[in-house]
Amino acid sequence: MILKEKEILGDMELHQTRKVIIDIQGLHKSFGDNRVLNGFDMKLYEGENLVVMGKSGSGKSVMIKCLVGLIKPDSGYISVMGKEIEKLDQEALDVLRADIGFLFQGSALYDSMTVRENLEFPMRRHKEKLGNITDTEPFVLEALKSVGLEHTMELMPVELSGGMKRRVALARAIILRPKIIFYDEPTSGLDPITAKEIIGLMRSIQKKYGTSSLIITHDVDCARVISERMILLVDGINYAEGTFHGLMRSDDEKVQAFFKK
Amino acid sequence: MAYISGTALRMRRFFIEIGELSYFTARFFKVGIRPPFEFREFLRQCYNVGNRSLVLVLVTGFIIGLVLTLQSRPTLIEFGAVSWMPNMVGISIVRELGPVITALVCAGRIASGFGAELGSMRVTEQIDAMEVSGTNPFKFLVVTRIMATTLMLPLLVVLGDAVALYGSALVESFKGNVSFQLYFSKVFEALSYGDLIPATIKSFFFGFAIGLVGCYKGYYSKKGTAGVGMAANTAVVFTSMLLFVIDFIAVFISDIFYEL
Repeated sequence: MILKEKEILGDMELHQTRKVIIDIQGLHKSFGDNRVLNGFDMKLYEGENLVVMGKSGSGKSVMIKCLVGLIKPDSGYISVMGKEIEKLDQEALDVLRADIGFLFQGSALYDSMTVRENLEFPMRRHKEKLGNITDTEPFVLEALKSVGLEHTMELMPVELSGGMKRRVALARAIILRPKIIFYDEPTSGLDPITAKEIIGLMRSIQKKYGTSSLIITHDVDCARVISERMILLVDGINYAEGTFHGLMRSDDEKVQAFFKK
Repeated sequence: MAYISGTALRMRRFFIEIGELSYFTARFFKVGIRPPFEFREFLRQCYNVGNRSLVLVLVTGFIIGLVLTLQSRPTLIEFGAVSWMPNMVGISIVRELGPVITALVCAGRIASGFGAELGSMRVTEQIDAMEVSGTNPFKFLVVTRIMATTLMLPLLVVLGDAVALYGSALVESFKGNVSFQLYFSKVFEALSYGDLIPATIKSFFFGFAIGLVGCYKGYYSKKGTAGVGMAANTAVVFTSMLLFVIDFIAVFISDIFYEL
C-alpha cells in the first residue's frame, strides 16, 4: 500500500512544476534471501530537500548507494539528472558523480590524509569541472569556511571530534560544487547540539549553492527541520509520501510508528 | 558424516577463495596497465613498505647470520671443514634463508598492515567515498601497494642478506680469527649467478604475493570491525603458506635448470 492521499501530500502539487532530477522506478535489491528493496519508487525535484525515513536495515543506504552506482540493483530504473545509471560506462558514471556530493554515515574521511588532502582528493579527477585549476587552495579554503573549519586544514582526521569530522566531510561533499547532495544519516552518532549544527549547515549550504538534497535518516527531529517532503521506506517500498506534518497527521499505524518517541 | 560435510565445506571455501584470488590477480593486471598511473601514491607506498620493514629485516638478518654460524661451527669443526663456513653460510643465505626469512618477516608486517588498513577503509566506507569521488580505489589502493611490495622486497632481501653475512663474518672473526676481507672473498668465490638470479626472481614473486594477499584480504573485508582483525590475521597466515608454495615451485624450477 502506498499512502498518497490528498491530506498526506499536503502542498505536494507544487512539485509538479519542478524538474525531476532523480527518478527511481521499481527498484529491487536482495542480498541472498534478504529482500531489501522490493519495488521502491521515488522522485527528487530540482532544489528540494527530500527526506527518506526508514528503520535501521530497511534499505535506505542501499537505495542511496544504488543511485551513485556503488551497488548494482537487481532490477528497476534509476535516472539521475536525465542519465540512466545502468547504461553508463565507468567514465560517464565518474563524470556524473562530479555533480553529486555524498556525505557518508561515518564521515568516511581518509585516515592517512590531512584535512586539506581529503578535500583535494575529489579535485584530482575533476579539475576540469572547476576550470582546470592549478591552485586548489582557494577552493579548499572556501569549502572549509562554509563549515567553519578553515583552521583545521593541516590536521589529520584522528585529531578531529566526531562533529568536526562530519563538517569536514560536508566540506568535501561540496568542494566540486555539486548539483545534488546525498546525506546518509547526517546526524547519527552526534550529540543533539552538534546534530543541530550539522542540520543548520546543511540548510545554509543548500541556500548558498542551490543544491537539491536527498537525506536518508531515522532522526525525526532532523526530518522535521530539513524536509520539504518525506518518503517512508517500509518493507522495501515507498510506503507513504508527503510533508512532515501531513504524514504526522496520518492515522496509519506504520506511519505513526515513525513519529512515536 | 558431520565431519565429512564439514571438511567438504572447508574445501569448497578454500577453492572459492583460490578462485576469488585469481580473479583479483587478473584485475590487478587489467587495471594496473591502464593510465592514469598513481605514481605519487606508488612512491609513498614504496617508502612505507621499505621504511616500515627495514629495521625488522636488518635485525632478523643479523641474528640469523650469527645463529647459523654459531650453530654450524661445532659440526664443521668435527669434520675438519670449518674453512668452508663462508661458502656454506653464503650459499644458504643468498639462495634460501635470506629471501624466505625476509619474506616471512615482511608478511607479518606488511600483509597484516595492508589487511587491517584496507579492511578498516572498507568498513568505514572510505573505499566507497573514493569511488564516489571518481578515483578508482582498486588502482589507487591495491595496484600501488602490490607494485610497491613487488619492487621493495628484493631490495630488502639484498639488505637482509648483506647484514646476515656480516653477522656471520663477525662470529668468524671472533671465534675463528678470520678477517672480514678473507671471509667475504670466500663468500663471493662460492657464489655464482646461478645462486643470485633465481633468488632475486623468487624475491619479486614473494613481494607480489605479500602485497596481493594483504590487499585482497583487506579489500574484501566484511563483518565490521571483527572482519578487520580477521583480514589482518588471515592475510598473514595465507601469505606465509603461499610463500612456501612459491618457494617450493621456485626451487623445483631452478633445480631443473641446474640439471640442464
